Amino acid sequence: MAYADALLEVEDLQVHFPLRGSFGARLVGKDVGAVQAVDGVSFSVARGEVLGIVGESGSGKTTLGRALLRLVDPTGGSIRLEGEDVLGLREREVRAMRRKVQMVFQDPHASLNPAMTIETAVGHPLRIHGITRDRADIRRRVSAVLERVGLSPPDQYLSKYPSDLSGGQKQRAVLARAVILSPSLLVADEPVSMLDMSVRAKILELMLGLKSDLDLTYVYITHDLATAKFFCDRVAIMYLGRIVEIGATEEIFANPRHPYTQSLLRAIPDPDPSRTIPRDLPRGEVPDAAEPPLGCRFHPRCPKAFAPCGWEARDLHDMLEQRWAAGGQELFEAERLQLGDLAGLDQPGSRATVPSATGTGADVVTLLDHIREDDSRERIWHGIESITPRPGGAVIEFHPGHDPVLRPEGGAQVACHLYDPELADALDEAPPA
Amino acid sequence: MSATAPVLDVRDLRVWYGSARGAVRAVDGVSLQIRAGEVLGLVGESGCGKSTLGRGVMGLLPDGSAVDGQVLFQDTDLLKVSDRQLRRMRGPDIALIFQEPMTRLNPLMRIEDHFSESITAHEPKLGKAEVRRRSLEALGGMGIPPTRFRNYPHEFSGGMRQRIMIALALVLRPKLVIADEPTTALDVLVEAQILSILADLKRNFDTALLLITHNLGIVAEACDRVAVMYAGRIAEEGDARTVFSQPAHPYTRELLRSVISLNTTGLHYIPGAPPSLIDPPAACKFHPRCPDAMRVCAQLAPVEQRLSAGQRVECWLHGPSDRIPEGGREPLEQGRIAVAEEA
Repeated sequence: MAYADALLEVEDLQVHFPLRGSFGARLVGKDVGAVQAVDGVSFSVARGEVLGIVGESGSGKTTLGRALLRLVDPTGGSIRLEGEDVLGLREREVRAMRRKVQMVFQDPHASLNPAMTIETAVGHPLRIHGITRDRADIRRRVSAVLERVGLSPPDQYLSKYPSDLSGGQKQRAVLARAVILSPSLLVADEPVSMLDMSVRAKILELMLGLKSDLDLTYVYITHDLATAKFFCDRVAIMYLGRIVEIGATEEIFANPRHPYTQSLLRAIPDPDPSRTIPRDLPRGEVPDAAEPPLGCRFHPRCPKAFAPCGWEARDLHDMLEQRWAAGGQELFEAERLQLGDLAGLDQPGSRATVPSATGTGADVVTLLDHIREDDSRERIWHGIESITPRPGGAVIEFHPGHDPVLRPEGGAQVACHLYDPELADALDEAPPA
Repeated sequence: MSATAPVLDVRDLRVWYGSARGAVRAVDGVSLQIRAGEVLGLVGESGCGKSTLGRGVMGLLPDGSAVDGQVLFQDTDLLKVSDRQLRRMRGPDIALIFQEPMTRLNPLMRIEDHFSESITAHEPKLGKAEVRRRSLEALGGMGIPPTRFRNYPHEFSGGMRQRIMIALALVLRPKLVIADEPTTALDVLVEAQILSILADLKRNFDTALLLITHNLGIVAEACDRVAVMYAGRIAEEGDARTVFSQPAHPYTRELLRSVISLNTTGLHYIPGAPPSLIDPPAACKFHPRCPDAMRVCAQLAPVEQRLSAGQRVECWLHGPSDRIPEGGREPLEQGRIAVAEEA
């Protein structure tokens, strides 16, 4: 996906945060795993383009944005800015790189030092990067940039402190500080989410104006699909550390292909009262990124998941718990008593043993058959290949799962087995009896 | 919507806070009613007094505030009853769901203990098995599996904690629920789950719900009626569909236009910022920002009008004509509002 004029190229970027584990585990040097915040993300941004990174909390979008400035250190992959390898830079060179890449954070109240006047704060990058130390020059440059972001007349704002400004005005000051070095790339992490709705439009308008005046390129990180649709040229939808769909904004919003994108778009409450949220939305929440689901990471919540999506023991446990939550206390007590300790189901694996309380595996098979008859539309049955009675419990074999990769589909790229011609055949098969 | 007496009847409620710069008139003469099985959405920008209104109804205002008016809950004036009586009513009669589920559960108590504490406080004679049965039923209704009944709050995700909060609010079957931004801290898919739970609530238990939010999309989705608040007063109130399709107050109209939705093709915003509640503009408080302002708007406070479409609105555009002085309908000369004058 390399563009001739790519400003930023990210290849297979990986940011894992190691877990600390217990004292004992650290003592013997045991690997306790890592939170896979960003796990193999590739994209490029052309000069002058606005790329939106859209995802829910826990999708890794903020970590990705921070990694672009080396505010966190990636554990793998590569980032190239104007052809230069960002990850190979030494500390000193990183600082020089940040003249070209600036970031705007979500919370304007926390982004400005409360003890610095606006003049000092906005002019700070000039000092840090050794551009000028001349006071008159700093004031001249700060005044010009304040004027540009709408804080005018600048004389009124130069000596003010952040506490004197409203949220929208603070975000304007933050933007002024970010563009005073004339960077080529601005990473904006939810720049309008904390602002009132009547102010959001103003700040977005300002950002569009800055972009055309100063030839900026934006990476716009957000959870809000509506502003992304308005603001971005291309969008990447992230889920649990990976990009599940990426393409031109019109294409993604007109023909969302990944079931996750489809669900997100349908879930947005819209002020138009003739439109209502459907009820068949994905259940549950974003799972733990330290032990992500096998196969496609969205499969446990996906309304269209089928055999190759990576079904496993944990999904079976979740399904049982959901059933017991909905079915009431009698059902729970009756069924739970027939099963032994279910803790063994909490390990990832495509083969699981469901222990029986009576010691007879056939009892568990009967129970599972009964549960399937009760709700045969449950997606997990697509992923179960066989249930075999054994002494002490039933052994369940799941269909082997595959990791979906981004593949071109229409005008976009999507990582979903539904669009894989080799795997999609399994879709027509009824869940095995 | 039944024609029965309202569950909650707020009459001319006023709430002031003391501050170093003077009294903050956070709620300045608000009247509203909610009937059983009805959802009333209360919307407005930050600082318009919507959260204060919710707290005022619950009697949860901080020290240093003063209240005036009437808050009638089934003919009992909540502003007149004793603290003890009010405490007894919170739970079985009125429940509150807060914005941040992370901070509202006791981290040292199991979920089970949260429930038994709240149930036995109001029904001390209930047996253990019955307490457990009721708790599990409420949790099950929110999709929390019974296997997690003895877990601690930190073992749940944000959405699950909010569902536990709702279950906890509903376990005593309150007649009125006040939900203050219940989904603001949650992701869009989880938000949709919570909204459908709230919709089931009114259908299954005939609960009256006051939903306080800044998200107009949620109001359109979940509410029967909507009240738009501006600077401590209700600018417009009526059937949600009517108000959203034919907004009568210029503020409602401009607010709807400034929402960025999937259909947005151009940006729009209201110039200026919501006024200070210590020293608000005279007459109509919206007139300095109003694109339709007339001379009368800066002279006289608007009078509440009922429109044929059903909503009530406080705006001189809708009369009454006989109260508008001569020349009052001439457009108001407005001072220019600087770009950065904003909230």
